Amino acid sequence: MPFKPVNFKSVTRRLKLHSFPYFCGSNFNPLATKFSKETYLYWYELMQLIRQFELMSEEKYKMDGKIRGFYHAYIGQEAIAAGCMTGTRPEDLFITSYRDHGLAIAKGVSVNSCMAELYGKATGCAKGKGGSMHFFGKDVNFYGGHGIVGAQIGTGAGLAFAEQYRDTDNVVLCYFGDGAARQGILHETFNLAMLWKLPVIFICENNNYAMGTSVERTSNVVDIYKLADAYEMPADTVDGMSAEAVHESVGRAVKRAREKGGPTLLEIKTYRYKGHSISDPQKYRTKEEVDEYKDKDPIQQVRKTILDNKFATEKEITAIDKRVYDIVVESVKFAEESPWPDDDEVLKDVYMDKNYPFIVD
Amino acid sequence: MARSIAFREALREAMNEEMRRDDRVFLMGEEVAEYNGAYKVSQGMLAEFGPKRVIDTPISELGFTAVGVGAAQNGLRPIVEYMTWNFAVLALDQILNTASKMLAMSGGQVSCPIVFRGGNGSAGQLGAQHSTAFEAMYANIPGIKVVSPSNGYDAKGLLKQAIRYEEDPVMFMESEQMYGDKSEVPDEEYYIELGKADVKKQGKDVTIVSFNKMMKVALGAAAELEKENISAEVIDLRTIRPLDWQTILESVKKTNRLVIVEEQWPFASISSEITYRIQKEGFDYLDAPIRRITAADAPLHYAPNLVAAALPDVARTVKLVKEVMYQAK
Ligand SMILES: Cc1ncc(C[n+]2csc(CCOP(=O)(O)OP(=O)(O)O)c2C)c(N)n1
Ligand SMILES: [Mg+2]
Repeated sequence: MPFKPVNFKSVTRRLKLHSFPYFCGSNFNPLATKFSKETYLYWYELMQLIRQFELMSEEKYKMDGKIRGFYHAYIGQEAIAAGCMTGTRPEDLFITSYRDHGLAIAKGVSVNSCMAELYGKATGCAKGKGGSMHFFGKDVNFYGGHGIVGAQIGTGAGLAFAEQYRDTDNVVLCYFGDGAARQGILHETFNLAMLWKLPVIFICENNNYAMGTSVERTSNVVDIYKLADAYEMPADTVDGMSAEAVHESVGRAVKRAREKGGPTLLEIKTYRYKGHSISDPQKYRTKEEVDEYKDKDPIQQVRKTILDNKFATEKEITAIDKRVYDIVVESVKFAEESPWPDDDEVLKDVYMDKNYPFIVD
Repeated sequence: MARSIAFREALREAMNEEMRRDDRVFLMGEEVAEYNGAYKVSQGMLAEFGPKRVIDTPISELGFTAVGVGAAQNGLRPIVEYMTWNFAVLALDQILNTASKMLAMSGGQVSCPIVFRGGNGSAGQLGAQHSTAFEAMYANIPGIKVVSPSNGYDAKGLLKQAIRYEEDPVMFMESEQMYGDKSEVPDEEYYIELGKADVKKQGKDVTIVSFNKMMKVALGAAAELEKENISAEVIDLRTIRPLDWQTILESVKKTNRLVIVEEQWPFASISSEITYRIQKEGFDYLDAPIRRITAADAPLHYAPNLVAAALPDVARTVKLVKEVMYQAK
């Protein structure tokens, strides 16, 4: 099938959503690379934003203790968010696991509200009720951060069912980890999704570890994409350190789903630089292994492409870094100055029924 | 001689001792072997018993629970660890529809001696999906027993009892927040029978019943009340099902007042059951309505103030006791 590099219409629309300042339409330059200058600059700024957000919030977690609970960093996996964003439209839905900061920010949940959520403040993207694992942004079609490993595989298919039912051409990007691929729900959902040709892209973010358990210790089948074979679902493996590769594979899968061709499984090979969560001592892997992946860092790769192709100068890139840093610093200020939720929020957002008779003693 | 050891070590000693005694016993769960346990309960067990008996599973709660349940029916005595009980919900089918019903359905032929254990209840700001306290839900199920200890000493004796002597499925509910708590544990082996509550503190004015980490609230409240010359008797249930209501009743006969502190949601909770039993068996002994403090009737939110507002605490328990004493201002 002929490959269409970038859906520029959607890229331009995203400009308004995120207000990434350099986005000026579709200056696609086929001579330089397959992707435009704008696409690379968008990728770069988005990935930097996610990374700086997490570096900052991790510091706030460790130094100030202002962020609590389980916190799982996306650092190293940012190219997946980047490629998925340019491979989809804003109308498309994302749903993921607790490792959700990167995809939430990519989808357009505001950085301020993400930071405030980590702080547990009323201005957070879930009013301080969810924390790191449960970012939500229904207005930008981000259906959240889910804490039970594998659960969202099925729920994502349900989101897609509703799109199909309403006969839209929106698709759902449903993310889960390599560990989650061993839950039974994957099989039931794959079967249903193929049976009903649901417009869902299953994206296994294979970072090679489920907590301390490497993929080869979890199954006889270490190539997760092969799990699709039993259901005759199209599947692909993808280099998750490359925003280009992610974009292309997602683009193909999305096209198929939009054209009523049903689901796809993408096994995206990626790596998390940080521990499973902040408290993980990481004895199950070597520093050399981590460094090997850091050498393929997606942000550095995109940066290099930008410089090699003279899409921007070092100085212009530094200006982007500065802008990103300012956004993140501002988000900390916003979070710190925001109020706590009122105590009576305990019994709010439990039922839509405003008159629900709670038991209070 | 007694030593002061952490709750997690007490659990580990229980498993180690029973595994040394009986090679039908094995431990299975996520990260129990090579990672030495997500909460380090099983630290060193792989080294001692090897991968045949300390088994890492994929994240497949329904699957490995089923394997445990099948193995128990076929002559082994599995210990299945859940990283937390929140994740055992995926395996509820095997616990409720198979393990608990096997003996009944088979007309007494097939029993299921298995211990399911793991952290339970809230553990700080972990959000709604990682914070449920499951005692009341499991206690509703005939065919299984539910244990929920408050300290390492009890945990060790109860867990050894469950592994060695219990022929029925046992749900063993720990707490991530208690794994580091120290308690005095004797060098000698000991067992604690299931279904026996423990009177932790003698008193005469009011009875406070609790279990698991809420015992800290109960004992903390009793200490506060002592300062105001209110003498509270504090009972640690230790086992939820079967419920040792006789010990509660004996206390109420003395104090005539009962307050229950628990982390369950209020509807059909352990306090609901206790209240029914005590009003029925001890109606004439009661000088005040039985009262309780439960977790808020809502999923647990993330923000620190919402966690604090949702869970029982010493101040609210003290206040409630005073109401029951008709001393509230
Ligand atoms: C049903 C369930 N079991 C166990 C856990 C505890 N847990 C949280 S994350 C995790 C590892 C998941 O690994 P993977 O799916 O590879 O995702 P990653 O963390 O690498 O993004 C485990 C075991 C859980 N949250 N839910
Ligand atoms: Mg993983």
